[in-house]
Amino acid sequence: MEVFIQQCINALTLGGLYALIALGYTMVYGVIQLINFAHGEFFAAGGYIGVLLLGVMTAMGLMESAPWMCLGVSLLLTMLYCAFLAMGVERIAYKPLRKQTRLAALISALGMSIFLSNGMMLARGPLDQPYPLEYSSGGFEFGLITINNLQIVIWVLTAVLLVALNLLVFRSRIGMAMRAVAQDKVMSALVAINTNRIIALTFAIGAGLAAAAGIMVGLYYGSVRYDMGFVPGIKAFAAAVLGGIGNITGAMIGGLIIGAVEVFGAAYISGEYKDVFAFIILIAVLYFKPTGIMGENIDDTRV
Amino acid sequence: MIRELRKIWKSCFIGLLWFLALLWPMTGINSDGTLTFARPLEIWLIVVVAAVVIMLIYSANKSGMLAPFTRPVQTAAGGLAGQAARLPIWVWLLVALGLAMFYPVIFTSRPAHDVAINVLIYISLGLGLNIVIGLAGMLDLGYIAFYGVGAYTYALLNVYLGFSFWTALPFAALFAAIAGCIIGYPTLRMRGDYLAIVTLAFGEIVRLILNNWMELTNGPNGVLGIDRPTMLVPTFDDGFGFEVISLRKLYMLYYVALALAVFTMLCVYRLNYSRIGRAWEAIREDETAAELMGVNTFLLKLLAYAMGAVFAGLAGAFFAGRMKFVSPESFTFLESAMVLCMVVLGGMASIPGIILGAAALVLMQEWFREFETYRMLVFGGCMVLMMLFRPAGLIPARRMGRRSEDDE
Repeated sequence: MEVFIQQCINALTLGGLYALIALGYTMVYGVIQLINFAHGEFFAAGGYIGVLLLGVMTAMGLMESAPWMCLGVSLLLTMLYCAFLAMGVERIAYKPLRKQTRLAALISALGMSIFLSNGMMLARGPLDQPYPLEYSSGGFEFGLITINNLQIVIWVLTAVLLVALNLLVFRSRIGMAMRAVAQDKVMSALVAINTNRIIALTFAIGAGLAAAAGIMVGLYYGSVRYDMGFVPGIKAFAAAVLGGIGNITGAMIGGLIIGAVEVFGAAYISGEYKDVFAFIILIAVLYFKPTGIMGENIDDTRV
Repeated sequence: MIRELRKIWKSCFIGLLWFLALLWPMTGINSDGTLTFARPLEIWLIVVVAAVVIMLIYSANKSGMLAPFTRPVQTAAGGLAGQAARLPIWVWLLVALGLAMFYPVIFTSRPAHDVAINVLIYISLGLGLNIVIGLAGMLDLGYIAFYGVGAYTYALLNVYLGFSFWTALPFAALFAAIAGCIIGYPTLRMRGDYLAIVTLAFGEIVRLILNNWMELTNGPNGVLGIDRPTMLVPTFDDGFGFEVISLRKLYMLYYVALALAVFTMLCVYRLNYSRIGRAWEAIREDETAAELMGVNTFLLKLLAYAMGAVFAGLAGAFFAGRMKFVSPESFTFLESAMVLCMVVLGGMASIPGIILGAAALVLMQEWFREFETYRMLVFGGCMVLMMLFRPAGLIPARRMGRRSEDDE
C-alpha cells in the first residue's frame, strides 16, 4: 500500500510535468493545426537557461540567502526567454508556410527541432549539465511515504500555471481572441483580431509553460542535456492527442494519464518497457475513441 | 521598390537583434555562473556579416543591378532545359542506368562505394515511404520500424537458423508487411495527425522492443556476425556446377543495392499508374469521395502500408547483410525523419524527385562530415530553408490528366 501511494505521488508529479508540456502542443495545434516538433526543444532550452541562471545567482551569492526567490526569478526569466524563442521560431519557420501544405510546415518544424537541439549542443556541449541539488532535499515523511519539497513545488507550480492558463483562455479577452482564431482565422481577422499576433502569443504561452516544465524536470532529475527534449516531447504530444488535440482540459488529463501509466508500468510490470506502456495506452485509446478522451476542439471541415 | 527593400532590411535588423538576445544567455553564461561577452559576440558577428552579405546580394538583385550577369545565365539555362526536354525520356533513363552500372568502375575508392550504397538504400526506403505518404497521403513517422523489422528478420534468421540472404529476403519482406498491417490496422480509422503520432509511437515501440528483448535481439549490443549476401557462380572445375561465393567486395554489394533500388523503382512506377495507384491517389485527394466511387478504402490503405513496408523490409535485410551487424541504434526516429525529408525535399509522389532527394541528403551528410559537430545544425537549417523557398520539393510531381485548378 505504501508503495502504491508513493507511486501515486510520483505519477502526479510526472503527469503534471507532461501536462505542462502537452499544453503547448495542444494550443498550437488548436490554433494553426501544426504539430510543433520544436516544442520539445523549447522545453530543453528552458532546462538549460534555468540551470544557467541559477548558476549566475550562485556566483552572485544570492543562493544562500534566498534560494526559493532565486528559483522564482530564474523561472520567470526562463519562461520569458522561451516565449521569445518560440515567437522567433514561429516568425521564421512557420509563419511563411501558413498557406502551404501542412506537411511543409511539419518538415519545417522537424528541421527547426534538429537545428535547435544541435544549436544547444554546440553552445553547451554534449554532456549533462548538473542542476543544484539543494531544492530536492527536505520534505515530509509519513511512515514509508516521502514527499520531498521539490514535488510539492512542482504540484503547486503546475496547479497555478494550469489555473492561470484556464483563466487566460476562458475568461480574458485575449483568450477569447485565441479561441476565435482557433475556430476561424478569416472571420476573426474580420472582427479586428490581429491573428498573427494571437498566433505568436499562443506559441509564446505554450513555450513558457514548457520552459517551466524544463526547469522542474532539471531539478527533479538533477541534470539537463541538449537532447532531453525529444522523448518527453513525444510523450507530451501523445498526452495532448490522448486528451483530444486542441482541447486544453484534455491535455491536462492526458498528461496525468501518461504520467500515471509510465510510473505504474515501470513499478509493477517492467522498468525497461515504461515508454512502451505510454504508447500502447495511446494507441488503445485512439483505437476506441479516435478523437481522444475529451474530444477534439478543432473545426473538422478544414482538416 | 525602395520602400519594400527598406522593410526587409528593417525586419532583418530586428531579427538579428532578437538572435543576439537569444544567443547571449545560451553562450554567454559559463557553467560556473560567470559571464563572458567575447564568444556570443563573435558568433553573432559572423551571423551578422553573413546576413548582411546575403541581404546586399538580394537587394542588388531586386533592384536590377545584377541583371547584366544573371540574364545570360538564365537564357543559357533556359535553352539547355529546352534542349533537354526535347530528348525522349528513354535516352535519359539509358544514360542514368549506364552511369549507375559503371559507377564502381569510374569511382574506385571505398568511401565512394559506401556513399553510393547508402544512397541506393535510402532511395529504396524513400520510394517505399512514398507509397504511404505520396500516393495514399497518410503521414507515417515510424517508417523506419519496417526497415528495422527487415534487418532483424534477416539477422536473426541468419544467426539462429542459418538462412542465407536470398532465402531470408522473402521472409524479411513478409514480416515487414505483417508489421505494416499490424501498424496499419488500428490506425486506419484515424486521420492526419493522429496517424502521425500513432505511427511515431509504433516506431518507438518496435525500437524499444528490439532494445530490451535481450534473449532474442541481444539488446542494445545488437546482433553480430551476420553473413554477407551470397551469389551462385557457375564453375567448370569438375564438370558444370555452381559455387556459392560470399559478396565480400564492396562493389559487388553495390550491384545488389542497385538491383534492389531499380526493382523498387519499377514497382513503384508501375503501382503509380495501376488501378491501385489511382485508387490511392483518389483516397489521398478525398477519402469520402473515393469511397463513394466504390474504392475499398480500408483494404487499399492497409495495402499501402504493407507495400511500403515490404520495400523497407527488403532494404533492411540488405542493410543487415551489408553491415554484418544490426543494433537498435540504426532505427531511431531521426532516421524516419531523414527518410521523410528525402521524400518531401525531393517532391512527393515524384520518383526522380525522391532519387534526387535521397542523393542530396546522403551527400550533404558526407560533405559536412568534416564539420562533424555542425553537420546536424546545418542539416536542420537546410530543411527549414528548403521548405521556405521550395515547399513542393526539388522536382515536383507531374500529376496525371487535367484538373480544374490548372486552368486558373
